[in-house]
Amino acid sequence: MTDTSETIFDIRDIRVTFATPDGAVEAVRGVDMNVKAGETVAVVGESGSGKSQIMMAAMGLLASNGRVEGSVTYRGQELIGMPREKLNRIRGAKVTMIFQEPMTSLDPLYTIERQISEPLRVHGGLSASAARARALELLKLVHIPDPERRLKSYPHELSGGQRQRVMIAMALANDPDLLIADEPTTALDVTIQAEILGLLAELQKKLGTSILFITHDLTIVEAFADRVYVMQHGNVVEEGKTEDIFQRPTRDYTKMLLAAEPEGSKPPVPDTAPILLDANDVSVTFSMPSGFLSPRFELKAVQNVTLSLREGQTIGIVGESGSGKSTLGRALLQLLPSEGRVVYQGTPIQGFDRAAMRPYRRNLQMVFQDPFGSLSPRMTVGDIITEGLLVHEPQMTRREREEAATQALREVGLEPAVRNRFPHEFSGGQRQRIAIARAVVLKPTVIVLDEPTSALDRSVQKQIIALLRDIQARYRLSYIFISHDLAVVKALSDYTIVMRTGRVVEEGPTGDVFRAPASEYTRDLMEAAFNLKKVLSRQASARA
Amino acid sequence: MLRYVLRRLLGAIPTLFLVITFAFFLMRVAPGGPFDRERALEAKVLENLNRVFHLDRPLWEQYFYYLGNLARGDLGPSFIYRDFSVQQLLGNGLPVSIQLGGMALLVALLVGSLLGCIAALRQNSWIDYGVTAVATFGITVPNFVVAPVLSLIFGVWLSMLPAGGWGGPSSMILPVITLALPQVAIVARLIRGSMIEALRSDHVRTARAYGLPMRMIVGVHSLRAACLPVVSYLGPAAAALLTGSVVVETIFGLPGIGRYFVQGALNRDYTLVMGTVIIIAVFVVIFNLIVDLLYAALDPRVRYD
Amino acid sequence: MTDIATNVPEAAADGQMASRSLWATALLRLRRNKAAMASLCLLVIFIFAGVFGPMLAPHHYAKVYPDFVKVPASLEAYPREDAIIPEIESVVTRARLDLGSVELDGSTLRVEANSSREIDPRVTRYFDRSDLFSNARVVEQSSNGRSIVLAADVERLHFIFGTDANGRDLLARILISVRISLMIGVLATGVALLIGVLYGATAGFLGGRIDNAMMRVVDILYALPFTFFAILLVVFFGRNIVLMFIAVGAVEWLDMARIVRGQTISLRRREFVQAAEALGVNSGGILRRHIIPNTLGPVIVYMTLLIPKVILLESFLSFLGLGVQEPLTSLGVLISEGARNMRGAAYMLLYPSLALTLLLFALNFLGDGLRDALDPKDR
Repeated sequence: MTDTSETIFDIRDIRVTFATPDGAVEAVRGVDMNVKAGETVAVVGESGSGKSQIMMAAMGLLASNGRVEGSVTYRGQELIGMPREKLNRIRGAKVTMIFQEPMTSLDPLYTIERQISEPLRVHGGLSASAARARALELLKLVHIPDPERRLKSYPHELSGGQRQRVMIAMALANDPDLLIADEPTTALDVTIQAEILGLLAELQKKLGTSILFITHDLTIVEAFADRVYVMQHGNVVEEGKTEDIFQRPTRDYTKMLLAAEPEGSKPPVPDTAPILLDANDVSVTFSMPSGFLSPRFELKAVQNVTLSLREGQTIGIVGESGSGKSTLGRALLQLLPSEGRVVYQGTPIQGFDRAAMRPYRRNLQMVFQDPFGSLSPRMTVGDIITEGLLVHEPQMTRREREEAATQALREVGLEPAVRNRFPHEFSGGQRQRIAIARAVVLKPTVIVLDEPTSALDRSVQKQIIALLRDIQARYRLSYIFISHDLAVVKALSDYTIVMRTGRVVEEGPTGDVFRAPASEYTRDLMEAAFNLKKVLSRQASARA
Repeated sequence: MLRYVLRRLLGAIPTLFLVITFAFFLMRVAPGGPFDRERALEAKVLENLNRVFHLDRPLWEQYFYYLGNLARGDLGPSFIYRDFSVQQLLGNGLPVSIQLGGMALLVALLVGSLLGCIAALRQNSWIDYGVTAVATFGITVPNFVVAPVLSLIFGVWLSMLPAGGWGGPSSMILPVITLALPQVAIVARLIRGSMIEALRSDHVRTARAYGLPMRMIVGVHSLRAACLPVVSYLGPAAAALLTGSVVVETIFGLPGIGRYFVQGALNRDYTLVMGTVIIIAVFVVIFNLIVDLLYAALDPRVRYD
Repeated sequence: MTDIATNVPEAAADGQMASRSLWATALLRLRRNKAAMASLCLLVIFIFAGVFGPMLAPHHYAKVYPDFVKVPASLEAYPREDAIIPEIESVVTRARLDLGSVELDGSTLRVEANSSREIDPRVTRYFDRSDLFSNARVVEQSSNGRSIVLAADVERLHFIFGTDANGRDLLARILISVRISLMIGVLATGVALLIGVLYGATAGFLGGRIDNAMMRVVDILYALPFTFFAILLVVFFGRNIVLMFIAVGAVEWLDMARIVRGQTISLRRREFVQAAEALGVNSGGILRRHIIPNTLGPVIVYMTLLIPKVILLESFLSFLGLGVQEPLTSLGVLISEGARNMRGAAYMLLYPSLALTLLLFALNFLGDGLRDALDPKDR
């Protein structure tokens, strides 16, 4: 990994444009990059920076409306404009890729064996039995449990992490020079992410493959890469050794990205603060109705969770996918049938139906994860924000509602003029502000925030966190903040509950939980999220 | 799998029973009777006829009598074609309908998938627009327009093919074209749409990224997924094709079973209508089962049970 | 968090365009679709033809001209000149006159005739007795009375699409058929829409066991052969045109119910509906503000595609002789008659076929255009 090693992949002045009905859109505007033998290079940038499109263009995978100019050479061979047959001898053999979406990147209709064998047979000319043997060897290499059986499995029978391992096995099948990994861990839980990254690091050490790693996550870059390119709006704004960039960033954008990690903390509320929402032994069970000759199937999504939310408090609920944290949030607001006891300001609201819950709805609000899905696409922003007022303040005139919408939009940092626009005209962060305005306009006392920042870039996330803090302080709001992202929970909440498979693993004041996690699971979670470097080096030393 | 098939077939019995019952009573409640058309029937003769065909009995008795016969595999005598039993009529007509429908189905599958694939692979080229135009034509123009116009052009004006009648392969060409045209169009459209979607899918991107040759990308990783919607469409369509078409049989003068249905309903030929309804319902049930089995064979995510 | 190719244009377009609702965007897209716009124009012409055509047509659709049975389509007027001259000759002969010159000017006939004797002005009767001529009169008579100039009116009729086997004007019959087809198309689609949307939305909204039971009914109706159902309904209600609308609509609601149910179920799972529930909006408000506006797109698309289906079904039933009753007619009846008379009178098959095909084409293209406009992902 010295500077003298050979450059194997060289991108020069690459430009990618997409023809759209509204004119050409430049996604990449002249970028130079290179990868040397055995090196791990990260390309980091927020959504829309063009980082993935460079690789798609280089490998001839652009969408049909895309055009590429410039030069990409692999060991001196120009890839741009290379005939497909010739390019096919490099793709999948010398340069391979793994993608972000482990759920859809494998063909659902064929077995794992078939899919790993195909590149082996096409590029290496292996016989069916030789390919099978090699596929088995590869599955062992990527540490898939029970590899013989897995050969016969279909992708839907594997978990997300296992599928990504299969993709890695495929990528390594023909001993490539370069592995391009396009956000390979973004769709995975943090602990799985740490395992996959550890695997990549291990294999790189073993096989000497160069890795070009595309990501938005600076934690991964710091732990994983030798060199970094920082991208913004289709340009490389800064490049250099990882340590240099992290210690001494020169560009404002890089500094902003590095500072975009959520920070700060929330002091706990005094024990004297009144309890607003008190939940006891809440359980949610989903049951699949029994079919013809098939037994009834039950899934306990939430089991016996107890919490009490005080005025001004933020309870963070942390967990990986399938932990039941979102289900719990909905159950607390009686949006799902549940068991147990939920009391709001002295009134038991457990089991209330729609009509009975209606008076309490204005006090108990919710903000959803998906800013693209939670706003009704055919309503104007103004109508979306004031819909709750129609229910809870039916006496308000149209003008008064407009006034309220204007006020609410100002409060979340949007121009009041946008209230006549439609949701599809806004970016993710703006939409989330609209969703918050919809909750705030009712002047609630409790807001359940279900992963409100998860679909957003870090820099946008930071703004939303600031907004939530600001609103909380202004109205003495109480939050239940649900997230898989420990950094955000650490910054926003003063009490943390860690959930796993429907149960509470650990809970306590945020400071305590994050400083000295009591359970092993929480410790793993924290390390994978905050100290990836340590996890990776520990994995490496365990193997050595 | 055998268990699954058996269970499905058993499960079809109540459906068939419901269809039979519904059709039986609906037919009977309709005004008019089978012997209304024959003018000047003497009261005595009519009474005899009614007795012979058990029409003088209460309706429920007739219903159980019919079910009883049906259980023994007897569809009863035709009320109008009095020299024939319904079995004989259907037995003579069904092979004709199945031949025509089967050929049309084959043509639809082959030509339709070929056109659809070509259009998808050359999306937005003139070939694609051509296929789309042909497909829209096939879907839009009804068979009772296509049939006489084809017959007029090729039978009357050009005298290349028989304008109608049954006998010899040449007499099948125009009916098969008429039957196949809309199916070709629909299959081509379905394949085109699902193929385009498949070619854009993430796993095809993976296949391309791994340097698989085009024939594998299309033949292995796209076509199988693209077939799925066609399979589920073709089930009911095949059942309808194989049980004959009134229009095609009337215009080309073919002895299939499609006509029986309309004629039977109009003439109140109760047993003939019931026989046709049962045949069609059985075909629908069987083809739905075939579709589900094929679907499970094509897509490992689908399981029997 | 990623930049997938298809996201790039959208992200770039964000915030730069003037505010436009999804409906307005769809309309704009539709306007750019030439085939759909051409279809729309054609459809407008059809609607005019259906509404005003029968009033403007030169003949009533039920009027029988026994003299002009199965006359081929022609721009020339009937009776033709070569049919008039022999008739005049025979009339003149019967009147015992010698024919001089004959002049045909539009619908007025001028005949010069001579005789060796003085001509009685009442010869006009001979002309009036013929089917072709009427209002015969003496224009001038020479002083010796031996030569006479007569004028008579000839009814010159135009049958630009020809006449049918009963001697009725095919154009008028096609126009009235278009009216019937459009009426059935709109009304029966309305019936199908009403039943289908209510049924589907109820099933989808209530869910659970009720939904299962309701959809089971739909499945069973699907298993019944579709023509059987339509035929039985016609058999039941007789050949009544209003009931025909209902019969066709009652058959066609099944698909609509399925589509609406599927839409409702998928919308209910969407976060914006959950968000409305979290706001405390009642079922009526959720249906009105969230479910219905978002199902409207697919329903409109399906409706435009249902109209041609319904027209087709009506024509099909008419083709089988189950549709409207004489003297009223429908494109299916005309095509069926045309098919029977195609040897020798091909125009009787071709014109109604062309009319039906064009109408169906226009509706289908418009429906496809609407679908592409409302859901651009589909293509």
